[in-house]
Amino acid sequence: MTMMVSYIFLQHYWWIIVSLLAGLLVFLMFVQGGQSLIFSLPENNLQKSMLVNAMGRKWEFTFTTLVTFGGAFFASFPLFYATSFGGAYWVWIAILFSFSIQAIAYEFRSKPDNVLGQKTFDFFLLLNGSLGPFLIGVAVGTFFTGSQFNLNQMNQVHWKTSWYGLEALLNLRNLALGFAVLFLARINGLLYILNTIDDKELIKRSFKRLIPNSVIFLFFFLFFVISLLLSKGFASDLTTGTIALEKYKYLNNFIQMPMVMILFLAGVAGVLTGIGVSLLRNSRSGIWFSGAGTVLAVFSLFLIAGFNGTSFYPSSFDLQSSLTIKNASSSLFTLKTMMYVSFIIPLVLAYIWYAWNAINNTRITEEEMKIDEHKY
Amino acid sequence: MIENIDLTLVNWSRAQFAMTAIYHWLFVPLTLGLSFILAIMETIYVRTGNEEWKRITRFWMSLFGINFAIGIATGIILEFEFGTNWSNYSWFVGDIFGAPLAVEGILAFFLESTFVAVMFFGWNKVSKKFHLVSTWLVAIGANLSALWILVANAWMQNPVGMTFNPETARNEMVNFWAVLFNPVAVDKFLHTISSGFLLASMFVLSISSWYLIKKREELFARKSILIAGVFGLLASFMVAYTGDQSARTISKVQPVKFASMEALTEGKSNAGLVLVGLLKDSDKKIGDRIMKEFSFRIEIPYLLSVMTGGDKDAYVKGIEDNVTGNDKRGVMSVSEKIRRGKSAKKVLVDYKMARITNKTEQLEHIKAILNDKNFNRDYFRYFGYASVDKPENVIPDISVSFYSFHLMVILGFLFIFMFAGALFFLFRGTISDNKWFLWTLLFSIPLPLIASELGWILTEMGRQPWIIQDLMTVSKGVSQINSGSVITTFILFVILFTVLLISEVSIMVKQIKTGPRH
Repeated sequence: MTMMVSYIFLQHYWWIIVSLLAGLLVFLMFVQGGQSLIFSLPENNLQKSMLVNAMGRKWEFTFTTLVTFGGAFFASFPLFYATSFGGAYWVWIAILFSFSIQAIAYEFRSKPDNVLGQKTFDFFLLLNGSLGPFLIGVAVGTFFTGSQFNLNQMNQVHWKTSWYGLEALLNLRNLALGFAVLFLARINGLLYILNTIDDKELIKRSFKRLIPNSVIFLFFFLFFVISLLLSKGFASDLTTGTIALEKYKYLNNFIQMPMVMILFLAGVAGVLTGIGVSLLRNSRSGIWFSGAGTVLAVFSLFLIAGFNGTSFYPSSFDLQSSLTIKNASSSLFTLKTMMYVSFIIPLVLAYIWYAWNAINNTRITEEEMKIDEHKY
Repeated sequence: MIENIDLTLVNWSRAQFAMTAIYHWLFVPLTLGLSFILAIMETIYVRTGNEEWKRITRFWMSLFGINFAIGIATGIILEFEFGTNWSNYSWFVGDIFGAPLAVEGILAFFLESTFVAVMFFGWNKVSKKFHLVSTWLVAIGANLSALWILVANAWMQNPVGMTFNPETARNEMVNFWAVLFNPVAVDKFLHTISSGFLLASMFVLSISSWYLIKKREELFARKSILIAGVFGLLASFMVAYTGDQSARTISKVQPVKFASMEALTEGKSNAGLVLVGLLKDSDKKIGDRIMKEFSFRIEIPYLLSVMTGGDKDAYVKGIEDNVTGNDKRGVMSVSEKIRRGKSAKKVLVDYKMARITNKTEQLEHIKAILNDKNFNRDYFRYFGYASVDKPENVIPDISVSFYSFHLMVILGFLFIFMFAGALFFLFRGTISDNKWFLWTLLFSIPLPLIASELGWILTEMGRQPWIIQDLMTVSKGVSQINSGSVITTFILFVILFTVLLISEVSIMVKQIKTGPRH
């Protein structure tokens, strides 16, 4: 019995870690949000250079978080990794493609003899900045709306559409989440610019752009949340593991896990406060609120996707092939070993914090762009 | 349960993974080695306060940055291709394979990416010491990343520390330390990072030679050659030593691969070590497979026997011993392994049937068999053989194995002389006078890269037909998607990676021509 309890505990523990990484990832996609503004926000090359360098000093954090998110998911819920990546092939490939062009775009864009020219690399940044968050949002949307696959007895996935994941783009709720994530990334991008760049004109323009982006974000976000709460969800029987559709499943999850609901509401409030203090008080610290809010909101959305007997990767084709944190997890031994490894995470966060502040202790200025040797 | 194997899909999936891996490996070894060279150079700067060393460090750092980004770009694709293209494999081994990948992210990637930002942007923002520590942490982080992915690869060559769980139809880890300290993993890690050190040293040496040929930046070039020469010489000895260790380990855990890389069809005592050789088809066949023989060779008598068995009379098993079996030497034939693999698979199928039909008693009975140690040792370890059609199919491509191995070794020894030569001429003060030597060094820039890629070709092609040695064949591990999708992404990635490579080389050449800043 104690073994069973600890296995269940570990499955929950790892879902929490995966959810936390997801929250951090969406927050860190402010980098992508900033990139998506590369052609529209700056008025001249100097402003563009400041924007690119503000984002460019952080792109590796987002990137590493994405990779670690994938790695942690693989280690703790390998059946998800195998099922989703091996089935929804095209969605993931498109996401990867958009991230692989980001990595070099920063480093190569302003270097002489870069063959493709700065415009192309800036276009890569735009592509990654827009497609990356959008597609990740759409992919996560399928955690709630389901995909069409089944698993055979050897747990091997068979995808049931020839679109291999692209069919997720036909679902309104997935699309809404995709756009919500994209515009949230853009909001966070703008707030980050306000926080780190010292340039009057750019600041003015960023404040201005915050309004339409917030309105669009709220539209898609509310559409997603309301339709989620009203929709059926994929419930897993806690004892038999049988999957069935349940009315208002996600709403029930919030009600049955009030702590998660509080976290979610606090997250939403955080994002709104971030936008609010920036617009109403011209504050330049909004990113702190909206950043923390983003982490909390995404974290709690992941919790209602996986906790309380819910399938986090449902199959709408064959309900019983749906993945839960119970049937998709690693063995007790692996989860336990991985738990010991995870104890190092606070240390990792601590040094990231330290190094981050060491670089961000002064704001980016025009002068710095003119003299700095290693700039993008 | 038995899938129809779509060979087109399997081959294109292999091609895509191999192409990504080969591209990725064009950039990674330079990151592994150059990061340490930067750390050494910056240490000298901080200790001496000599601004020249700062200039040197910053120049090589700018080349490091260009290379680093593209390594990451190809790396992310590789990590996720385990899932997108090899999902059956991912599930079968995810319980073991996933853990190193996650540890890699948590432990190594963050270390690398956090401090690389300080290294690039922190020169005027943080203290000298903090900057130096950051540079060292980047080097350590980069090399730690290599550790975990190599642990995962080693497990595919020599699966240890796990047991099969019939309930979930996968292998599950039971001993983390066995996975981490797998002898193949230890050899592989040391051999790989030292080859990275060597490659980066040659990179620095070659480019510095160009400056000497052009009579530019001579002080800068000499100082760079000093560091790269010493570091490279040490690394090349380490490469030779760890390579030898690796080969010994392979002879134990992957005997068919070992015999193929030595092109040893029939086993023998007093076996010589072939230094250079050319292969041709022989009259001998194993099953349908035509074997190879030497049309020309230079060999050191007895050495292979001595190296693998400790004395010149030691018997070295050939491909034939391993495939058709050799009772006298205690080698089981592949047909016997196939029989045992099929028995193991039948037990698993029976188990699944009993599960479906809810026959509890039978289920318990089969479970006991599956958990039995002897059954695992004598039968289940050959599980993968159930999907081997003919015994000779376990022989990898002999020519590929032989040539990739021997060319790599020849180059490896050549590098020792090049580093030693560079130091010799440097200390005698005549390096600038020996133009022929400088030109040789300059044109040697791709050689370590070729050697390094050959090493991987041997590792991966030599393991065929297995994706996991003895447990799963490559064709069983593939994702069941349509081959059209894989062909399309293959083409997309080839174009992307090639364009990026051209761009990278062009930027680097320009950067080198511009030279270090004054």
